[in-house]
Amino acid sequence: MAFLGLILLNPITAVGGGVDELQATLSDKYRTDLIGFVETRAGARLQDDPYQKDASLGEVRLQVDLNSDLDFGVLKLKSDLLGDLVTEEAIVELRELNLLFFPHDMIDVKVGRQVLTWGTGDLLFVNDLFPKDWESFFIGRDVEYLKAPSDALKTSVFMDLFNLDLIYVPRFNGSEYIDGSRISYWNGLLGRTAGRDFIFVDDERNKAFEEDEVHARLNKNVGGLELDGYGYYGYWKTPEGVKPAGPKLFYPGLAVIGASARNSIWGGIGNLEIGYYDSYEDRKGTDPLVRNSEIRFLAGFVRELARNFTGGFQYYLEYMQDYDEYEQTADPATAKDEYRHVTTVRLTRLLMNQTLTLSLFAYYSPSDEDGYLRPKFHYKVTDRLAVDGGINWFFGAEDHTFFGQFEDASNIYAGIRWNY
Amino acid sequence: MKRVLTFSFIALMFLAGTLSGSEVEAAPQIEEIVDKANLAAYYAGDDGRSDVKMTITDGQGRTRNREFVMLRKDIKDGGEQMFYVYFEKPSDVRKMVYLVHKHIGRDDDRWMYLAKLDLVKRIAASDKRTSFVGSHFYYEDVSGRGVEEDRHELVEETDSHYVVKNTPKRPGEVEFSAYTVWIDKETFLPMKAEYLDKGGSKYREMEALKTEMIQGFPTVTKSQMRDLRSGGDTVSEFNNSKYNIGLEQDIFSERYLRRPPRVVRR
Repeated sequence: MAFLGLILLNPITAVGGGVDELQATLSDKYRTDLIGFVETRAGARLQDDPYQKDASLGEVRLQVDLNSDLDFGVLKLKSDLLGDLVTEEAIVELRELNLLFFPHDMIDVKVGRQVLTWGTGDLLFVNDLFPKDWESFFIGRDVEYLKAPSDALKTSVFMDLFNLDLIYVPRFNGSEYIDGSRISYWNGLLGRTAGRDFIFVDDERNKAFEEDEVHARLNKNVGGLELDGYGYYGYWKTPEGVKPAGPKLFYPGLAVIGASARNSIWGGIGNLEIGYYDSYEDRKGTDPLVRNSEIRFLAGFVRELARNFTGGFQYYLEYMQDYDEYEQTADPATAKDEYRHVTTVRLTRLLMNQTLTLSLFAYYSPSDEDGYLRPKFHYKVTDRLAVDGGINWFFGAEDHTFFGQFEDASNIYAGIRWNY
Repeated sequence: MKRVLTFSFIALMFLAGTLSGSEVEAAPQIEEIVDKANLAAYYAGDDGRSDVKMTITDGQGRTRNREFVMLRKDIKDGGEQMFYVYFEKPSDVRKMVYLVHKHIGRDDDRWMYLAKLDLVKRIAASDKRTSFVGSHFYYEDVSGRGVEEDRHELVEETDSHYVVKNTPKRPGEVEFSAYTVWIDKETFLPMKAEYLDKGGSKYREMEALKTEMIQGFPTVTKSQMRDLRSGGDTVSEFNNSKYNIGLEQDIFSERYLRRPPRVVRR
């Protein structure tokens, strides 16, 4: 544990330029890897939002990532120190603090704060019910920050027939959703767009071992064909329910069962994924204040179009159950469709010995008539220094649709990062 | 699709034309040389481990470094193989893992693990002649080009080398028109390779700078790939190479993508 003292010294040493020596000492004496970065990012809105500041992003971040190789496992600590000029606060964000160990040849266990991902979608999620940070994603932080950590116990069992992952989260971890504090959103209660004038509060589910989550996955690779089955029992990750008193948002119960397949096909990679979302607090769909059950479906294909140029396409469907019941209480002007179709396109071009990446990710929903474009560049000036920038552009015919509501949040951003 | 068919058709015509030629007689010997070279370069032992350091220099003289640990396991000599590449440097890709199940006669299966997202990504692998991690080596240079993909011709036999000219059977799928390899007569290691572009001029050149005998296997421990057009080059150094270390096949699976095995850590 001697390295803990060194962690505290690290930011100071980093500034002093002795990082290489510190890394070597930690590695040789304590079998501990130290890496991380310092970065600054800034972003501005492309149009006025009466409810928000003009600056969408302005921050300085230091990340420290330590991995200590113990005889029986690996101890990991990853933490960010963030100075946020938009919210005017300085915070320590503990991204990961976990212990990975191997109690048996067939079993891996990871306990503590960790980032978890599974499923086959590209920036679309069906069976990945782990917390996301949509705000970070929308304002132009590194895509790393789309995934929020979970405080979890993950047990993986590897058998000949299949592999099993079982994850227990004793206290529900919700997603960072758009609450109005930085990005304006469609407020159904007010019947208009709202922002900092109406920051939503939610009823946190924070009773440990009572308000918990269970995630499970069965996985099998049959000669390159990856087959997965998934299960989830917990709550909607975004507050899909409203309590009239307050009014306050809350996280209704949710159970999900699903499956996916992925393989190489037609010179590229194809994937299919399906999930049934059982919104079990409103199974009949009669409660207008709780989101109905849904079937979600995803099909994707990605392949190289030319040397260093890759293209991907996805089709995604959300099919609402008990739509008749929903329609009885929903406001016809802003009601959701029974079928929400979303398509995505990803184009990635690598240039200059793969040091320059130009990419475009586009969401478009023909049913909502809205979309979200993410053009981006990333250039590695040296092995240590990188600059990036891009645009988050939301558009839509209506103010109340999923992407359309964020129209005023469209922004341009740039960042510079020094990796150590 | 139409393009692919056209290319296959041309390749067939090509094959039909050459089979009737005089090369039929020379074939057994040249095939033996090529097979032996393939085994010496890519299939030494049943498995292996190496610390690889790549120094990439671009046309302007700027350098970048890559350091990774590479594991290999042969399922069948001259046939299917598995590769596991664990990145150590630069730090922004540290702990990234790249996994390949190499197949013969069909596309390889490739995965990449991005540690910061805990994401196992499947990679479209139709074109093996793209840069490996930004270096001047291609994926195919690292994992080997299928012997059956080219026609081989022994153009010269010197005191020390067999000089073999290789012409692609499906020229539409590659950027070269032919390449010539100098194969060491004793070790059967390819010591030099020169690639000609579609216009017939030399534009790419590989050279083995250092070879060592490791556990009885002649091994290239330093090699260079030069891009004659841009003036850039990549030097690869292989350190701590070991063979027959008894790698289990499950190391080359999703489990160890998410959690690197001890053999690649320290």
